[in-house]
Amino acid sequence: MPEPMTTAPDRERPGAMEDLARDPGSRRRFLRMVGGAGAASAFAVFLAACNDDDGGGGGGSSSAPEVASPGGVASNRDRGGDPKEGTSDIEILNYALALENLETSFYGKVIESGLFRGAQLDLIKKFADNERQHRELLEATVKKLGGTPVAPVKTTFPLESARSVLRLAATIENGGAAAYLGQANRIRDKEVLAAALSIHSVEARHAATLNGLIGLPPTPQGSFAVPLSMEEVLTTVQQFIVS
Amino acid sequence: MTLATPAAGNLNAIEVHGITRGSFILRSAFAVGTVYSAGAIGPYVRHALAQGNAGDIDVLNFALTLELLETAFYKRALGLRLSSEVREMAQTFGTHEREHVAAIKETINGLGGKPDSAPKFSFPLSDERSFLALAQTLEETGVSAYNGAAGQIQAPEVLAAAGQIVQIEARHAAAIRTARSQAPAPLAFDKSLEMEQVLEAAKPFLKT
Repeated sequence: MPEPMTTAPDRERPGAMEDLARDPGSRRRFLRMVGGAGAASAFAVFLAACNDDDGGGGGGSSSAPEVASPGGVASNRDRGGDPKEGTSDIEILNYALALENLETSFYGKVIESGLFRGAQLDLIKKFADNERQHRELLEATVKKLGGTPVAPVKTTFPLESARSVLRLAATIENGGAAAYLGQANRIRDKEVLAAALSIHSVEARHAATLNGLIGLPPTPQGSFAVPLSMEEVLTTVQQFIVS
Repeated sequence: MTLATPAAGNLNAIEVHGITRGSFILRSAFAVGTVYSAGAIGPYVRHALAQGNAGDIDVLNFALTLELLETAFYKRALGLRLSSEVREMAQTFGTHEREHVAAIKETINGLGGKPDSAPKFSFPLSDERSFLALAQTLEETGVSAYNGAAGQIQAPEVLAAAGQIVQIEARHAAAIRTARSQAPAPLAFDKSLEMEQVLEAAKPFLKT
């Protein structure tokens, strides 16, 4: 059972990212989730050899993992360049869409599980409906910008008890809010930025509410929320993607 | 609080319309210096800073006013008779707003601007009920204000800092709604407000 990101950030596990880079299975899951060119661009940060545009078929890439590409996403910040360069709005939108697909699938399974009733079930249904609407807007926006929306992937979540599911939901929502926050200043188009921000604060509401249900404060990080990079988020969510 | 000054920490990396602040100022100062003599450089640097980031400084001063209002509000609420949970909420959220004020002031100073001074506020508060109701209004306004102003921010670092703050405002709003037995996330997409709309909404709380 993963701990909520808010209390136990996954950053102190240097092994996770290396595992992803070394294990072709998780690389395929990752590529299937974010799809095509967007995946290649994000993945380039820690897998320079990954230039395969085809995220769908994907199998059998035998290229050895390498260290960060100098043109990679994360390194832009390190060299003090424009943090916006390197990732297009379509790629960011598809990344957000992949996360919303994951959340929608998660809530769907939680509702089906029968673990919740009454007010908590109503709350979960409401959150599920929010995520579905996010997904629709993101899909439409990707299309409007001339891109191809990523398709949902097959997911798996450990749904054992109401308590454990609420903890997992808090992990996912806190991570979702941090994921949007991590992209906000990399978005070029003002309308895309406005849409992303209008979703970001809703993810934050979900996270704060779920924190309350598991005895965490609504703002576990204090006065300033902490962003997560694409790489950090994708490393964490890959456990929910079926290979 | 390690992240108390998220925006101010990285000011040298702040960009002015696509070039770094450092190179922008040096280049401008050099250009002026060759024309007017070296003595003109000092004032010009300050001027260039203020000019190049004028938009961001305006947005930051707008955010500062809101954060000052929220800080004053939570401070005033602590004078009410509150249940222990609600008191703790007022204390914690008040601390967050105060730290937002400090970070925003520092960022404005760093950009060469001048932080607006704190207006005097008054709030119609009588009990826990009125506190929670007004807290919800103010936090919701805060979320919409940041979401609405973000598009006007030029420097990526300032935008990132605004994002770090608005997420906290949204979390406050959700917690207060829950305390009032209201849906924490009533809309799939949070609304945004124009600066003028926000300032209009804040008017009733400004002492004249």
